[in-house]
Amino acid sequence: MKKYFTFFKIRFQSTLQYRTAAWAGVATQFVWGGMRILMFMAFYEADKSRFPMEFTELSSYIWLQQAFLALFAVWTFDSEIIESITSGSVANDLLRPMDVYTMWFTKDMASRMAKALLRCVPVIAITSFLPKPYGLSLPKSFEAFLLFLITLFLGVAVLVSMGMYIYILTMKFMSAMGVRILFTNIAEFLAGSIIPLPFMPDGIRFFLEMLPFASAGNLPLRIYSGNISGNEMWFYIAVQIFWLLFLQVTGRIWLKSKMKKVVVQGG
Amino acid sequence: MIELKNVCKTYKIAKRGSSFKETFKSFFSKNYTEIKALNNVSFKINEGEIVGYIGPNGAGKSSTVKIMSGILTPDSGECHVCGMVPWKERKDYVKNIGVVFGQRSQLWWDVPVIDSFELLKDIYAVDSKTYNKNLSDLTELLDLKEILKTPVRQLSLGQRMRCEVSAALLHDPKVLFLDEPTIGLDAVSKIAVRNFIKRVNAEKKTTVILTTHDMQDIEALTDRILFIGKGQILLDGTLNELKKHGGHNKKLTVEFSGGKLERENYLSLEGLSLIDEFSERAVFLIDSEKMSIPEAVNIISKDLNITDLSVEADSIENTVAALYRKFGV
Repeated sequence: MKKYFTFFKIRFQSTLQYRTAAWAGVATQFVWGGMRILMFMAFYEADKSRFPMEFTELSSYIWLQQAFLALFAVWTFDSEIIESITSGSVANDLLRPMDVYTMWFTKDMASRMAKALLRCVPVIAITSFLPKPYGLSLPKSFEAFLLFLITLFLGVAVLVSMGMYIYILTMKFMSAMGVRILFTNIAEFLAGSIIPLPFMPDGIRFFLEMLPFASAGNLPLRIYSGNISGNEMWFYIAVQIFWLLFLQVTGRIWLKSKMKKVVVQGG
Repeated sequence: MIELKNVCKTYKIAKRGSSFKETFKSFFSKNYTEIKALNNVSFKINEGEIVGYIGPNGAGKSSTVKIMSGILTPDSGECHVCGMVPWKERKDYVKNIGVVFGQRSQLWWDVPVIDSFELLKDIYAVDSKTYNKNLSDLTELLDLKEILKTPVRQLSLGQRMRCEVSAALLHDPKVLFLDEPTIGLDAVSKIAVRNFIKRVNAEKKTTVILTTHDMQDIEALTDRILFIGKGQILLDGTLNELKKHGGHNKKLTVEFSGGKLERENYLSLEGLSLIDEFSERAVFLIDSEKMSIPEAVNIISKDLNITDLSVEADSIENTVAALYRKFGV
């Protein structure tokens, strides 16, 4: 276990070096978040009664989404892993007394968490002081906050487990660009990054909430803002845990069978 | 220690011509050619040996190393290293080996060398005492002190290679695989790396398997040579045995003042051939089994006014090239 933790640490540290990228990210997130709030405000003013969330809930949802964008950015993959596969330096990963799946999983988790850590602090700090209802409000309760943190972590794990499929596909096709673009676009929509899931029509919404995508970015944000709680919340947490286990187990089995056939080309 | 028995590996290569028609056709059905990379390879290596593994490009050197290091599964045959089957027990097995691929880096690009080392320490669960001792030994022997805190991306090739070799040895591996470890290095770094490998072998009884195209590596390091071509082991013996196989060529360099060299005269001669000709110098190759040196000098002196001459044994590069020709690989 210790070796995976050290792995996590070194990846975390090396990602922390990219400070300029972090500042640029923070700037983008303010503008992007602001624009989305303005957009939803227009809807809200048009017809308040058909708005599925409180406006303060929505603001919190959007700001948290921006603050933790790096965690749930479905379009980012660990370029180091992709490159190691296409260039063949994956051979080095295979030469370590480590489980390759866990190693990649740890790497991806570490770089997402490091990126998010740098970016979330300024976004959270500043948006907390924005006037109501446009700012980030405090969580509904301490319990909600705690569950938010736990589901946030599990959510990232779900997302990264889905990303693992892409890495395995890269081993098959060498360039998984096409699959990645397809995955990214579908996942973004299904995860509620484009339109928050509560805005979806009821039947479709329930279906989407059952998918692993919603278990990633959507659930923790809704727990924080108090949009779901009680039994409903526990049900969705169970769904999240189910997906995490399912994706991990199938991914591991798939990678294992792929590894037997892998040929590292070249001298 | 290491034993391979009838190991075979075939690769499937997609092939198509460059014309539009063929490209279009390959879109629907691909033509595969099977290439036998390894064909019944068998050999045995004992503990503490340094073995040079040579052969032309595409002979199967890297494939063999990949199989022995557990990252490639052969089609058939047996392979045991340290009592384990490398590709079956990969996770446990790789603790016993160290691998340096000259063309791929195993260090983490963004972080200082020492961070990579610390990470390796945890990955291989090396205890602190062993780690500190190995680190200080390696630092001293390979002169790493100045570069340990530099990020890997900023190292020169020679510096990086010294770190690569150290990284492969931090966990006291029983077997060390070196795949072209001196590729692209300058003379000083080459010598440093070679001396170091020798020393590790002597002190720790580490078994070393070295693939290289640099014949000086072979001359400096190995007592035993495995020669592979077209996926088969063609020769297994000492450097001298290899040289014998390579022929009995001597290189004769003649300096002359005046006279004219008739090229045609040397085309049909058995055992003597002209390799190079300059304004006052000519180089000949003599096959000493077919023609003695005095005889050769005699023939040449008919054409040239010889002022000086020197005879040397053919270089090992040429010996190997001759072997490639002999076995048609």
